[in-house]
Amino acid sequence: MAAEAQSEGGLVFHPLDQFKIYSLFGENPIQWYTPTNVTLWMALAVFCIVGLFVFGTRGRSVIPTRVQSVAELADGFIYKMVEDVAGCEGVKYFPYIFTVFLFILFSNFLGLIPGSFTPTSHIAVTAILGFGVFICVTVLGFVLNGAHFLGLFWMKDAPLVLRPIIAVIELISYFVRPVSHSIRLAGNIMAGHAVIKVFAAFAPMILISGIGIVVTPVSVLAITAIYGLEVLVAFIQAYVFTILTCVYLKDALHPAH
Amino acid sequence: MVTETTVEEAAGAAHGAGSAGMPQLDFSTFPNQIFWLAVTLVVIYFVMTRISLPRIGGVLAERKGVITNDLETAEKLKQKAVLAEAAYNDALARARVEAAKIVGQARADIQKDLDKATAKADAKIAAKVVESEKRINEIRAGALEAVTAVAKNTAKELVSALGGKADAASVNAAVSARLKG
Repeated sequence: MAAEAQSEGGLVFHPLDQFKIYSLFGENPIQWYTPTNVTLWMALAVFCIVGLFVFGTRGRSVIPTRVQSVAELADGFIYKMVEDVAGCEGVKYFPYIFTVFLFILFSNFLGLIPGSFTPTSHIAVTAILGFGVFICVTVLGFVLNGAHFLGLFWMKDAPLVLRPIIAVIELISYFVRPVSHSIRLAGNIMAGHAVIKVFAAFAPMILISGIGIVVTPVSVLAITAIYGLEVLVAFIQAYVFTILTCVYLKDALHPAH
Repeated sequence: MVTETTVEEAAGAAHGAGSAGMPQLDFSTFPNQIFWLAVTLVVIYFVMTRISLPRIGGVLAERKGVITNDLETAEKLKQKAVLAEAAYNDALARARVEAAKIVGQARADIQKDLDKATAKADAKIAAKVVESEKRINEIRAGALEAVTAVAKNTAKELVSALGGKADAASVNAAVSARLKG
């Protein structure tokens, strides 16, 4: 990466620098408790959520203000999703799912501010979220259904010969779930941000050589277009993560196919 | 892709410019991220469950109640309006019947008065007709007598003028016979 950057005749390519984690105060090595830019942007997400859901709903008005109706819409949107996908018993777990949704949504959108840091672009964060869902759902499945939870892997309506094979496939796919669940989110967010950064690195070409007359407008346009796409992705990835959580929860609540 | 050495390098120079490898795979920052993620999620969770979700739930329930109440009130008012309309129609029908009755009575009264006046006028006219007829008859009788007298006198004069001897009785008889015939 660094070698490529040198060869481009003065252009600086550091598309991954935006994901760097550094200590907010001083140069000390990062301990687990060190306040870092991760802390800062997660805290900003918390502030936004508190602003929307605590200060926005402060009026408790029957006829809502704009902010309050946004909060109500978000609440109703996820509540309905949980109810539709996981059923009535799933509603009990709505606060957990809503928390995860809000965290991802606000991290993604705050990450779209130029120069910001996106916690959800880090595999460490999304893996904790993904494996957290996986472990909770698996434990829940066994606690609620006991050994019947294994029925999730044993297809009753398949031919008897195929059942063990299907069971192995189902088992593998079950254990791949948290991996795909977390990599999907981090990968999407990271890729989008990195691509924007690459185009941004091409943008000052006009200062360096004559070909910049073409390259600079094209890269500015590309940044704009990809930024629009990223706005969409920021919401869709939060939505996908949440709806998959609901689907996994449904499997734990009703393991029989 | 990331060897142990690069990880160590990244860990050592996490802050340095141009460190090799993806920051995502810099395992030295993982405990930090996980710790702050846990803090964040716990904070969001408590804010949601303690403050926000009960509040939103309360607002939604209250709104539902208000809407239900309003709909009920609207239904009641609608029923009242229907009753009022029925009462109005009733009153209107009754008034119409009353009016028809009054009109009929007035018409009958007028007719009675009219009949009385007509009868009176008829009687007066009849009396006048009788009187007039009497007078006409008188006049006619007078005229007949006068014509007879004039005819007799004229006949007598004519007879005497023609040189005959006027016998009053026979002239009168002849004139009377002529007048009759």
